Amino acid sequence: MSASAFLSRFDAARAVLPGDASLREAAAGVLRARGLPGPREEAWRYTRLRPLSEADYAMPVPGREVSLPASVAALDAPRLVFVDGTYRADLSVPPSKAVLRTGVPAMGPLARPESERLVALNTMLAADGAELSVAAGVDAGTVVLVSLGGEGVAFHPRHAVHLARGAKLTLIEICAGEGRYLHNPVTSITVEAGAILTHLRLQDEGIEAIHLSTIYADVAEGGTYDSFALTIGARLARMEVHARLGGTAAMAHLNAAQLLGGVQHADFTTVVTHDAPATQSRQTVKNVLTGRSHGVFQGKIEVSRIAQKTDGYQMNQALLLSPDAEINCKPQLEIYADDVKCSHGATVGALDADQYFYLRSRGVPAAEARAILVRAFLAEALDPIAHEAGRALLENAVAGWWERHPA
Amino acid sequence: MLEIKGLRAGIETKEILKGIDLVVPDGEVHAIMGPNGSGKSTLSYVLSGREGYEVTAGEATFDGQDLLSIEPEARAALGLFLAFQYPVELPGVNNAVFLRTALNAQRRSRGEPELDAVQFLKLARAEVKRLSMADDMLKRNVNVGFSGGEKKRNEVLQMAILRPKLAILDETDSGLDIDALKIVADGVNALRGPNFSALVITHYQRLLDHIVPDRVHVLSAGRIVRSGGPELAHQLEAEGYASVSEAA
Repeated sequence: MSASAFLSRFDAARAVLPGDASLREAAAGVLRARGLPGPREEAWRYTRLRPLSEADYAMPVPGREVSLPASVAALDAPRLVFVDGTYRADLSVPPSKAVLRTGVPAMGPLARPESERLVALNTMLAADGAELSVAAGVDAGTVVLVSLGGEGVAFHPRHAVHLARGAKLTLIEICAGEGRYLHNPVTSITVEAGAILTHLRLQDEGIEAIHLSTIYADVAEGGTYDSFALTIGARLARMEVHARLGGTAAMAHLNAAQLLGGVQHADFTTVVTHDAPATQSRQTVKNVLTGRSHGVFQGKIEVSRIAQKTDGYQMNQALLLSPDAEINCKPQLEIYADDVKCSHGATVGALDADQYFYLRSRGVPAAEARAILVRAFLAEALDPIAHEAGRALLENAVAGWWERHPA
Repeated sequence: MLEIKGLRAGIETKEILKGIDLVVPDGEVHAIMGPNGSGKSTLSYVLSGREGYEVTAGEATFDGQDLLSIEPEARAALGLFLAFQYPVELPGVNNAVFLRTALNAQRRSRGEPELDAVQFLKLARAEVKRLSMADDMLKRNVNVGFSGGEKKRNEVLQMAILRPKLAILDETDSGLDIDALKIVADGVNALRGPNFSALVITHYQRLLDHIVPDRVHVLSAGRIVRSGGPELAHQLEAEGYASVSEAA
C-alpha cells in the first residue's frame, strides 16, 4: 500500500478512530507531503518497503477467535493480549502492580511523527494500545505484551510504558501471527530516575508478515532501559529504537539477535543519544543468516556536548551460513563532547570449519553441530539475560528456528 | 580391525600419502613415527574425515565397513576417535554439555538409550577424578583458557567417556610435561583390552615408554618404509629417521 492508499483508509475511518484528532491530522499531513520512506533516504538505504507497497490490507474486524501461543501460558505472568491491534480483555490477565489503560491509543510523550514516517502512519491510524504505568518504588514484576496478527489486515497499535522513580518492571513482548499482515506498533517508554525496565522482545511474526516497529525510550538519572530483541519472524522487519539517556548515569542496553532464512529481511536500527554526563550504552547485535536472507544493523551513537564521561559500546557480528545471505552494517558515531569512551566493531564470518569438524569427529551430527555453534555464537547476547522465564522463551525460539531452516 | 590398503591422499593437487598399507588388529596398539611432513597428521585427518583432503586411491575399512565414504560423525559412531594434536576451543559451549551431546549422539546412532544429565555427570565426574583433572573442567567452556596440558587431558577425558574401539592419537605428547604425559598414557592404557585398538602418532619415542606399542611403523614421505616391534622406536631414537629410512 502506498501512503495515499493508507490516507484513503484514514479518510474512511477518521470518524470512528478514538483519541486526539489533531495529532492524526498532523500525521496525515506528514504522509501526504512526504509519502512513505524510500531507498533514496540514508536511513532506508538497506531496507526497501517494496513488499509493503505491493500488499493490500483491510481494516481488521474485531473479535475473531484465536488461540494463544503455548509460550505465553508458559510464562505464567499477567498478560495483555492484542489481536490485530485490538486489546482483548477475554484473553488478557491484567497486572495487579501496574496501572493499565486500554481502548484508546497510548500516544505517549516521545513520538516524532514528523521525522519518522512510519510513526506518522501509526499516529494516523492507531486504534488501540496499552498504557502501562508503574508507581514510584513499586516492583511490578513481569508483564507480557502479546500481539497476534491475522491474514490480510494492517494494524498500528500505540503503546506507552511509564516507570516512575525507582520502579521496576520486566516487559516481555511477543509478536506472532499467521498470514500476510502489517504490524506497525509504536511504543513510548519513559524510565524515571533510578527505575529499571527490562524489555525482552520476541518478534516471531508470520513468515509472510511485515513488522515495522518503533520504540522511543527516555531514561532519566540513574535509570536503566535494558532490552533484548530476538527477530526470527516476518518476511520484512524493521525494529527501530530511539533511546535518549537524559539524566546522569542513565543506562541503555539495546541488544539484539536476528536469525533469518529464506528470503527474510530484517533491520535493527538504533539511535542512542547520550544527553547527560556519565551515561552508558551497550549494543551487542548478532545476526545468523541462511538462505538468501538479508540482515541490516544501523547503529548511531550521538553524544551531546554536556555528555562528558559517556561510555558507548556497539558490536555487530554476523554469521553467514549460506553464500547467498547478506549483511549490511552501518555504525555511526556523532560526538560533541571531548571526554568520552565510544567504540564500535563489526565482524562477519562463516561457521568455523575446525570447530565444526571437532564436534562431528566426536559423533555430533552435522545439523546438531551447526545448532551448537550458532547457539555458542549467540551466547554473549543471550546468557546475560537474567530473567529466567524470559531467557527460556528466547532459547526455545532459537532452538525452534532450526526446524524452519534446516541447513 | 582397521585395514588400510594402497591409500593415496592429499590436499588439492599435492599428494601427501603415497600408498599406505596398514592393518591394526583389535586389541593392538600401533605407533606411527616419522619426521615432520611425512604425512602423519594427514593420515589421521583422512581417517577421521576432515574436509579438504582428497583421497585419490586405495581404501580404509574399520570392522569391514568402508570409512572413507561416510561422514565424520558416522565414523565416530562406529567407534573411531581422533585425539587432536591441537584441540579446538569452543567458546560458549559447556564442556559437560558438549560431552553429553557427543555421547548421546553416538549412543542414539547405535540404538542405545541416551544418558540423562544425572547419569552422565556421575560417569563424567568419575573419569575426571581418575585423570587427576580439576573439578571445574566439566563446567568450563570446551578448551577455552585451558593450558596445553589441560587440553590434551581433555582429549583423553573425551576418549574415556566415549569409549572408542579405535583411537588415533595425533601427537598427543606434544607440549606435555612428564607428569601430564604419564596421566595421558595411563588414560590410554586403562582402555587397553581386546576391544580397543590405537594408532599412536608421535615424533618421539618418549610417549612409547609409557604406552608400549605392539608394532611400530615408520612413515616417510607418505609411505610406511619400515615396521617392527617396540624396539624399532628405540632404534629410531638412537639413530634418527634418516638411517632407518635409508635402510628400507
